[in-house]
Amino acid sequence: MFEKALTGDKRYWGWIFSLLLIMGTGFIFYLKQLDYGLGITGMSRDVSWGLYIAQFTFLVGVAASAVMLVIPYYLHDYKKFGKIIIFGEFLAISAVIMCLMFVFVDMGQPMRAMNIILYPTPNSIMFWDMLVLNGYLLLNLTIGWTTLNAERNDMPPPDWVKPLIYVSIPWAISIHTVTAFLYAGLPGRHLWLTAIMAPRFLSSAFASGPALLIILCLIVKRVSNFDPGKEAIQTLGKIVTYAVIINLFFFLLEIFTAFYSNIPGHMHPFKYLFFGTEGHGKLVPWMWTAFILSIMAIALLINPNMRKRENILMVSAVLVFISTWIDKGMGLVIGGFIPNPFEEITEYSPTIPEVLITLGVWATGLLIITVLYKIAVSIKEETV
Amino acid sequence: MEFLLYIRVIRIFVKFVFNVLENMETNRRQFLKIFGISTLSGLGSIPAIWAFTQHSALSTQHFGKRWAMVVDIKKFKTEDDYKKCIDACHSVHNVPDFGNPKDEVKWIWKMPYKNTFPEQEDDYISGEMKNMPFMVLCNHCKNPPCVRVCPTKATFKRADGIVAMDYHRCIGCRFCMAACPYGSRSFNFRDPRPFIKEKNSEYPTRAKGVVEKCNFCEERLSKGLQPACVEACKDNKALIFGDLNDPDSEVRKVLETNYTIRRKPELGTQPGVYYIVGAKEDV
Repeated sequence: MFEKALTGDKRYWGWIFSLLLIMGTGFIFYLKQLDYGLGITGMSRDVSWGLYIAQFTFLVGVAASAVMLVIPYYLHDYKKFGKIIIFGEFLAISAVIMCLMFVFVDMGQPMRAMNIILYPTPNSIMFWDMLVLNGYLLLNLTIGWTTLNAERNDMPPPDWVKPLIYVSIPWAISIHTVTAFLYAGLPGRHLWLTAIMAPRFLSSAFASGPALLIILCLIVKRVSNFDPGKEAIQTLGKIVTYAVIINLFFFLLEIFTAFYSNIPGHMHPFKYLFFGTEGHGKLVPWMWTAFILSIMAIALLINPNMRKRENILMVSAVLVFISTWIDKGMGLVIGGFIPNPFEEITEYSPTIPEVLITLGVWATGLLIITVLYKIAVSIKEETV
Repeated sequence: MEFLLYIRVIRIFVKFVFNVLENMETNRRQFLKIFGISTLSGLGSIPAIWAFTQHSALSTQHFGKRWAMVVDIKKFKTEDDYKKCIDACHSVHNVPDFGNPKDEVKWIWKMPYKNTFPEQEDDYISGEMKNMPFMVLCNHCKNPPCVRVCPTKATFKRADGIVAMDYHRCIGCRFCMAACPYGSRSFNFRDPRPFIKEKNSEYPTRAKGVVEKCNFCEERLSKGLQPACVEACKDNKALIFGDLNDPDSEVRKVLETNYTIRRKPELGTQPGVYYIVGAKEDV
């Protein structure tokens, strides 16, 4: 089916080559990082994870969100998602690959990556995260490819795929739960030490993933002859609305516990993130942007008449995506390190090489999405 | 499930062998003690060895060591008292000096009281106390979160309580740095070798991209020496080091006769570094 990705108009190839250019730039800077060490990034002894691990965390959510299409379609027989379910699965594939790449570029000794498998350590959550992420990737590759192939041949998907699809549902929940456990089980990191970390991850995932899917579906509609269907997109909009509200609710729960209990350690990271501490406040404008964007998105989405207008839905989806990206792709991971265990403030901002490597990984993910979506859309255009 | 069971059996077996080897190597004296007792009581030497291995594997509490340190802050009087401890450690372990806080690698260093014990915040503690420098280092916790999270067992707890590192296995994921509630771990953000003032060929240098920290001088303990920092300040006994499982050891005596505190005890990590807090003597 790959041949479908090799034909396209000028716009298509222009897009592919721009992505390749960004990937190439990122790769060159990655080689530089390999040579110099992670000192090339903005990370330090105090903020020892930065943009890379934050992107990883965010993208696990995007990957998990495919389940928001799988559950209605396969468990509730919601036929309208039939046309776009493949987009959810392919988005998951691309997101998981980006996750693995972000973990890889974050390693100090990437050539030793196989040590995780050579010395399996079940007491480490990272071991389980490696298992569930790779398993999820395999599941989606198998399910996505097989169902699409069946569709091309005008056949129902083979029976053996069904159990895999059912397994993929709890599996999607597991990837985000296990990723939350990476953080939620660490003593002494107050921002992360919360039992609702996994639910928060899931709520933000089910907001950001379907929001991205809305954006992608509307793009597909514009650049191809394939229409994902108005109702399917509207239902996605509904899912985003619920998820973004629940996400805000969970955030307010955290604020309540931290500030009503008045325990200094619990309040510090929130104070740093939203107001700055001792004159340090690099993340303050970002966090308020995220907060305001999510409020704006809720205001737009909560009214069904507004949400039904595709332009407004598109804008809201973009707002939700940016807001959840800032919240999880920056605030959550970096905020967990500030203040440090000595209650000192060491700030972090990514360096240019770090940003370029990050963009390189994103470009790789977008390339994978583009190619996979191109294949899917071409087949759907044929069969429609 | 079978796979997990298999791993568990291997782990228990490896732990067993490790315990045995560890005890044979470092507890020769205790070995002789048991050996002597059992010979006296009429047992042959072979059952005695059998009994020894059984005991050491089943309960390290009786025969194993638990290394610990007491920092007596009253004894640190001058800037030089701190410096000589830090320098002794950093030079013997080839700790690089990058000259900037971002890439910094440190094993033992000074930290004001208010940062060492932030939860002890009190408006009425004197400014002098708040800013009094304390010695901080890896706590060699009994329940080390860093060991719990390490995905490759590159950091592990030895039978004698030392939380050790295998620099050759570390993949540089820095999960241990996120997990350590004491900020004890450093990462080699750059190649450290050009930044080592004087290389000590007795101890390995590290490559870039691995985590490192205080090792309680396990390489010196195996030779029967005290840790480098402890030896550097032995004149005023500012640092006391020894075996918590030995009721006659100096650390145990110091702990019995002084009120000591540990960092963040509420986290359940059970640090192996104790602090005697008090005003400086004869200042």
